[in-house]
Amino acid sequence: MSDALVELAGIAKGFGTGEARVQALADITLSVAAGEVVGLRGPSGSGKSTLLNLVACILEPDAGVLRLAGETVWQGGWRRRDLRAFRRTHIGFIFQFHNLLPFLDATDNVALALTLNGVGLGEARRRARELLDYLQVGRRAVAMPSKLSGGEAQRVAIARALANHPRIILADEPTAALDSERAQIAMDLLRRVAREQAAAVLVVTHDDKIFSRFDRLVSLRDGRIEGEMRPAEARA
Amino acid sequence: MNLALRDIRHNLGRFLLTCFGLGLLLGVALAMIGIYRGVVEEALSLARALRADIWVVEANTRGPFAEASRIAGDVREAVARVAGVVAAGSVTFQIVEARHAGGPGGDEAWDAERLRERAGEAGRQRIGAVLRLQVVGWEPDRPGGPPEIVAGRGIGRGRLEMVVDRSAGIPPGAMVEMANVRYRVVGLTQRTVSTGGDPLAWITLRDAQELQFRLTPPAARRALQGGGGGMPQDTVNAVVARLSPHARPDEIAGRIRQWKHFAVLTAAEQEAVLTRSVVERARRQLGMFTGILLLVSAVIVALIIYTLTMDKVREIATLKLIGAPDRSIVALVMQQALLLGAAGFAGGTALLLLVKDYFPRRVLLGPEEIAGFGLVVFVICLAASLLGVRYALRIEPAQALGG
Repeated sequence: MSDALVELAGIAKGFGTGEARVQALADITLSVAAGEVVGLRGPSGSGKSTLLNLVACILEPDAGVLRLAGETVWQGGWRRRDLRAFRRTHIGFIFQFHNLLPFLDATDNVALALTLNGVGLGEARRRARELLDYLQVGRRAVAMPSKLSGGEAQRVAIARALANHPRIILADEPTAALDSERAQIAMDLLRRVAREQAAAVLVVTHDDKIFSRFDRLVSLRDGRIEGEMRPAEARA
Repeated sequence: MNLALRDIRHNLGRFLLTCFGLGLLLGVALAMIGIYRGVVEEALSLARALRADIWVVEANTRGPFAEASRIAGDVREAVARVAGVVAAGSVTFQIVEARHAGGPGGDEAWDAERLRERAGEAGRQRIGAVLRLQVVGWEPDRPGGPPEIVAGRGIGRGRLEMVVDRSAGIPPGAMVEMANVRYRVVGLTQRTVSTGGDPLAWITLRDAQELQFRLTPPAARRALQGGGGGMPQDTVNAVVARLSPHARPDEIAGRIRQWKHFAVLTAAEQEAVLTRSVVERARRQLGMFTGILLLVSAVIVALIIYTLTMDKVREIATLKLIGAPDRSIVALVMQQALLLGAAGFAGGTALLLLVKDYFPRRVLLGPEEIAGFGLVVFVICLAASLLGVRYALRIEPAQALGG
């Protein structure tokens, strides 16, 4: 488990009490290594979102051990007080509907993540432009989110997620709002980022057209890991 | 990066429209404060206009404004002889419905042409209009006369002349008719009105007493003419006195009170009577209404900020998820509340300053009132934003995820 950036061991999470209690996750053991892109799939209610929220440190597990970026974050309780600061420095988020702030242009949406981490505004904007260029959306640097196409907006969102060089990237249905071609492009981009920045990428998805882009695909059902496959091996 | 400003700039039209509505509301609240201050100031203006240090009135009354007071005109001589009194004068007060009678000579068509130059179109249009005046009768060269004359001249010893407050809209040279007698306006004062907001008009004491006689009901008038048991014609409502600079009003008032048939009020006591008795109900009414308006403003600001915050649930959740500290979220909500309040306050104040002179009664707004109101708006916005802040802090980062 030592090379993994995301490590879950025996993680459980339930909601409610007594007879109304629902066990959302049970005995989840999963790891994602640096440079690896792992897909998380399963029917509605299988626990995908709960698992993502746990890794994002916005839900507290009931049992197990949660280690992120080599640090034990939860074991019988939170080990860190400022989880938001931890997210800011270690985790990048990519959302289903990109969640760009509508009142900031593309550059400032990316720069915001940097300024939250203490980078000066001028330097943050410079680095944001570089990132947008790297993701081939630099020509739309001053466009407002409402003026961006779905694919462009998702690239800007990826740029924001990468701004602080996070070791972990969590993506929630990142291709749901994209057509097939753009979905493939976005996933290729994530794969490239994972390799080049040695980041662990965990993606929740329903989109079977992008399954081939994952290094591993983990299936969840009723809060448990049902199975795991390597699409590349499957293709072979 | 100031998120509040960027959000406002992005939704500028909606923000300006909200500010406009809030500005109107705050303008009304500020107008109420101005009207409140104006009522108090106007209540005092009558007493202050006469520049009296002490008021000698009928025994057991707080006259002549709070209660009716009648004393003999020759009391003035006795008061004037008191050590420390520099001058004393008899005064009468009566509310009269007068009529703007055009220019001298009664040829209204000709006068209107002449008056147009002096009074402008608005003044000319008032010819024939019924005016409600608080008429002060006083003895020229004695205390009780008009304060600073801002146009025309004061009354000499001439009869049937009048000095009137500018708010009556009558220019010097115009005629005013009261009880079928015409008085010529020779001068104007400024900001001298009664507690009810009616313009003050000064005429000589003799004219005032004759006017009082003519306005007396016919039966009483016949009794007076026949020397019967009515009130004597040389009655006045009060005697006002000015004291030497070193005299103590309380001490002199105490000495005159020993005469038993008179009550005496110092200038401070007269002002207290005016504000705590004569306009007390109006003052409290306006005060309460102002308080309610400020409360309504606070509730509306709170609702606006709450709604603005609710519109940004996903953005705030995203900010939290990507690691924005709570202080960034609080600043976003509070800065918007304060900017909204500042813009509404500036707009409302500017609007009111533009229109306040068109109000029929005085709207008194000085830098102190405006600064004080600004502080109240600041506190209201700060308090009102707490509801939005509470809501924003309860938004879960997980709300950024999913559809």
